[in-house]
Amino acid sequence: MTPTDIKQDTPRQPLPSFTGGAGSGSLFTTFFHIGLFTIGGGYAMIPLIETKVVDEKQWITREDLLDLMAVAQSCPGIFAVNIAIFIGYKLRGIPGALMSTLGCIMPSFLIILAIALFFRQFQDNVWVARAFRGIRPCVVALIAAPTFKMAQTAKITWTNVWIPVLGAFLIWMFGVSPIWVIVAAGIGGYMYGKLISLTPDPSHEGEGGINPQDSTHDSKPQS
Amino acid sequence: MIYFQLFYTFFLIGLFGFGGGYAMISMIQGEVVTNHHWMSMGEFTDIVAVSQMTPGPIGINSATYVGYTAVVNAGGAHWMGILGSATATFAVVLPSFILMLVISKFLMQYKHHPIVEHVFMGLRPAVVGLLAAACLLLMTPENFSTPSESPWQFWISIAIFVGTLIACQVYKLSPIRTLLFCALVGILLF
Repeated sequence: MTPTDIKQDTPRQPLPSFTGGAGSGSLFTTFFHIGLFTIGGGYAMIPLIETKVVDEKQWITREDLLDLMAVAQSCPGIFAVNIAIFIGYKLRGIPGALMSTLGCIMPSFLIILAIALFFRQFQDNVWVARAFRGIRPCVVALIAAPTFKMAQTAKITWTNVWIPVLGAFLIWMFGVSPIWVIVAAGIGGYMYGKLISLTPDPSHEGEGGINPQDSTHDSKPQS
Repeated sequence: MIYFQLFYTFFLIGLFGFGGGYAMISMIQGEVVTNHHWMSMGEFTDIVAVSQMTPGPIGINSATYVGYTAVVNAGGAHWMGILGSATATFAVVLPSFILMLVISKFLMQYKHHPIVEHVFMGLRPAVVGLLAAACLLLMTPENFSTPSESPWQFWISIAIFVGTLIACQVYKLSPIRTLLFCALVGILLF
């Protein structure tokens, strides 16, 4: 249950918070870039954050991003902005949060104002419509791609694969709000943790605590 | 005072807007069209269409556009409309900014507390499910067309989908380049 146990499986050690070129200006430009190419809703930001912030800059780990998505989803407000606020705050405190938020919303603000002021017929433009017919299936695939990598990060095995499958199914087929899925999963994790701590043999718990679903068998060969 | 009303309305939307952009749009519609009569339903539909098509989160895009339109419809000049945009955008972000700061602080402090860790152990697999659901929900005729409606567009869309997956997974092409390339394919083929 020590921090080192958790980091064992992550591919890279996270850099210390205040290094890695995470100046406030860098936060602004990075999130400006991300905001500029987030097309089709908040989840379209995930592949961009994954490549820019996790892989390229290494400001946070993929596991951090998963945790952050759960938090951002269960908070009110705009998913993508919530993620920007958290990353900015983690790296540079409140000024960092301000810069990342500004960077994230500035492209929207400028582009929408340009359209409102100069191109009112934007959505009827035939070239724009054509480009968007190409962009839409691409966005769906861009969101599908990180799902598999995230599944590895979340240490999904045959014993806990039912959690994402059931969650996705409830949201997709029955229109259940993602918030309820998050709340249920959080309570489930908490209950499972209680259950583990009640079992008489705590020797497995050190590693088993990494993933409640495969505490006895699967996690040892992994690490 | 329309700026104050805009601020108040979008602050509430930011505070109670759970569930992402699309859930927020129905809230914005209720407040802006039905409640305050700042614009017609037709104007609002146009705003939603533009918000979905332009880069950036849909909630921010629609707040910016609604702020501008509301002020200009009320007889304001363009620069006053821009101020309306800034007001609405600032107001919609402010509640989550404050909340997220508090939560981030708390989370960074207690990240390694056993209870927090166990909660996140349950959350992580579920988030993968959310991502999968977001993807499934986007597989609509609107995004891919249908074989009966337009076979050409449907099969090209499928090809773009598969091509993007391969480009990202196998060739590690950046999402931004992939997006630009697919936009070009759309312009050339549709």
